[in-house]
Amino acid sequence: MSEPLAPPAAAPVPVPAPLLELADLRVTFATEEGVARAVDGVALVVQAGETVGLVGESGCGKSVTALAVLRLVEHPGLIAHGSRVRFEGRDLLALAERDIRAVRGNHLALIVQEPASALNPVLTVGSQIAEVIRAHQQVTRREARRRAVEMLKAVGIPDAELCYGHYAHQLSGGMRQRVLIAIALACRPHLLIADEPTTALDVTIQAEILELLDGLQRQMGMAVLLITHNLGLVAERTRRVYVMYAGQIVESAPTEALFAAPAHPYTQGLMAAVPRPDAPRERLAAIPGQVPPATAWPAGCRFNPRCPFAWEKCRAEMPPLLPAGEGREARCWLLADGPRGEAAP
Amino acid sequence: MTPPAIPLLDVTGLTVHFTRRTGFFGSRRETVQAVSGVSLAIGRRETLGLVGESGCGKTTLARAVLRLVEKTSGTVRFDGQDLFALAPEELRRMRRRLQIVFQDPYASLNPRMTIGRAIREGLTIHKLAEGAAADRRVRELLEEVGLSADAADVYPHEFSGGQRQRAGIARALAVEPELLVCDEPVSALDVSVQAQVLNLLMDLQARRGLSYLFISHDLAVVRHVAPRVAVMYLGRIVEEGPAEELYARPRHPYTQALLSAVPVPDPLTKRPRIVLPGDPPSPVNPPPGCPFHPRCQHPAKDQDCVSVRPELVERGPGLRAACHRG
Repeated sequence: MSEPLAPPAAAPVPVPAPLLELADLRVTFATEEGVARAVDGVALVVQAGETVGLVGESGCGKSVTALAVLRLVEHPGLIAHGSRVRFEGRDLLALAERDIRAVRGNHLALIVQEPASALNPVLTVGSQIAEVIRAHQQVTRREARRRAVEMLKAVGIPDAELCYGHYAHQLSGGMRQRVLIAIALACRPHLLIADEPTTALDVTIQAEILELLDGLQRQMGMAVLLITHNLGLVAERTRRVYVMYAGQIVESAPTEALFAAPAHPYTQGLMAAVPRPDAPRERLAAIPGQVPPATAWPAGCRFNPRCPFAWEKCRAEMPPLLPAGEGREARCWLLADGPRGEAAP
Repeated sequence: MTPPAIPLLDVTGLTVHFTRRTGFFGSRRETVQAVSGVSLAIGRRETLGLVGESGCGKTTLARAVLRLVEKTSGTVRFDGQDLFALAPEELRRMRRRLQIVFQDPYASLNPRMTIGRAIREGLTIHKLAEGAAADRRVRELLEEVGLSADAADVYPHEFSGGQRQRAGIARALAVEPELLVCDEPVSALDVSVQAQVLNLLMDLQARRGLSYLFISHDLAVVRHVAPRVAVMYLGRIVEEGPAEELYARPRHPYTQALLSAVPVPDPLTKRPRIVLPGDPPSPVNPPPGCPFHPRCQHPAKDQDCVSVRPELVERGPGLRAACHRG
């Protein structure tokens, strides 16, 4: 069965299997207004050790995507058949409940936006970290406690021993977010999904928390999927980025390329709408209209009612993700054939 | 950019302290020093931006400017008249000229009242219009803020966040105010909608000659609307001046740290970041000396900073900072 060895020069470079791979992820919610297709065919890839951004405005489906990866979508939400979530080679959607629990908080962790409601108010913060460690690792109570204190130190809490015995209400917002990071990282996950991890915090605290996360990420070699509406954070913290609009990925690109020349009109609009701290005072280029409700996505391209370039085809037919240069894709008909008599942007 | 001789709003040495009960059944009292010795002036057609992080006292300051809270000391003069010296009836009449736009219009609009009725209320109370004239005025106001005239019959919950904020602005404008205090008016909105509302506020100012006290934690947003900016920390203004100068060359170490912490939407911009240790101290027990000294990263920080309170002094063209070393 041994085949002749190919000369080393011709051997294909093995492409590492992605750490996380979503394909055709669909999540629906049954509401009084009809079925909301909150996440509608999302595909994305995160490689081991890298930081990937998932950016979009409220209601675009970015948080539901995060919850679906961990299978935390609650009734009346439903992950549609045919959706695929592969993490470290396993199909998370096919796992039994106890097996998905073994993955959550262990190799795959989530930090959410609101540090106040994510902690149990009647347990000390230290015991909540120890609980996670004991749930996933065969260690004694004493050892779990020791590691919990170590984690509190690692996230930069000054008096970790004292903090172990505190309750959530005794901590400031910044301290609570540190505790949540400590819980998320207690089992040294391979992938951290951080959903607006600093949105509720003041900008100086945000800077401190993000520096901390950066340091821990380098130390542990974990990958981060950073979900945010803040383009500044995406520019500073990620290497690749996916842009979501109305339940779909509308553009994906290396971060520098995306900011240098956004391909999708929505991404272009988003970037023009952001005031910059270093730019002169001028009128902002606002995107007209608003995001449609998830129960009534427009036909054709979902951005067409707000798009300055839309023509008949955009209203009739949904564009697929089309190649837009090296390592880039955008869901826009302008990339295929542009409207007659009009140049592509 | 010095304010004119008689500013529309003139706040001098304003101090607002609250006493609250804490501890077992409220057995202890403590004083929250929300605003301490704040002075600022806004001329007609002028915008003053006020930035600061949570708990710095910016919302209390906004409320004191409208006399929605009582002062401890200092004065607030509007068009030359001391608001805190006015009798209730005079104050009510004066309030027509100062209006406020809140962060969350959902919390400030009555859920059982149509948008039209909410706007009309101000017209009726101040006897500005009645009957068909009032209806017409409501429709005009809705159109002025970019809503359709039909929006008068809609309830707040039927609106999106951006539409609600427009309705909140229309309601404030109904009484023809001269000064609009905007307290985090776009913080709850998505960026694409935020841009629409910021543009609207700037258009309205140009059209109506309004003055704004524009309060936000978002430095980029403030830079956008305000030619003059004040930075607040722990109840005090620590730096104030022309936005361009203040953003390009901040003198106070807190302003420097604040600006360095704002992520810039450009992956090629790499700036040194000043990371501040710890949380801001509590306004119940502000530190002696410079309120910023426990977190200050200035290399020349010394005993003066710990014990002597720095005053706001001229540090550049029209720019004042309260720092012994800045």
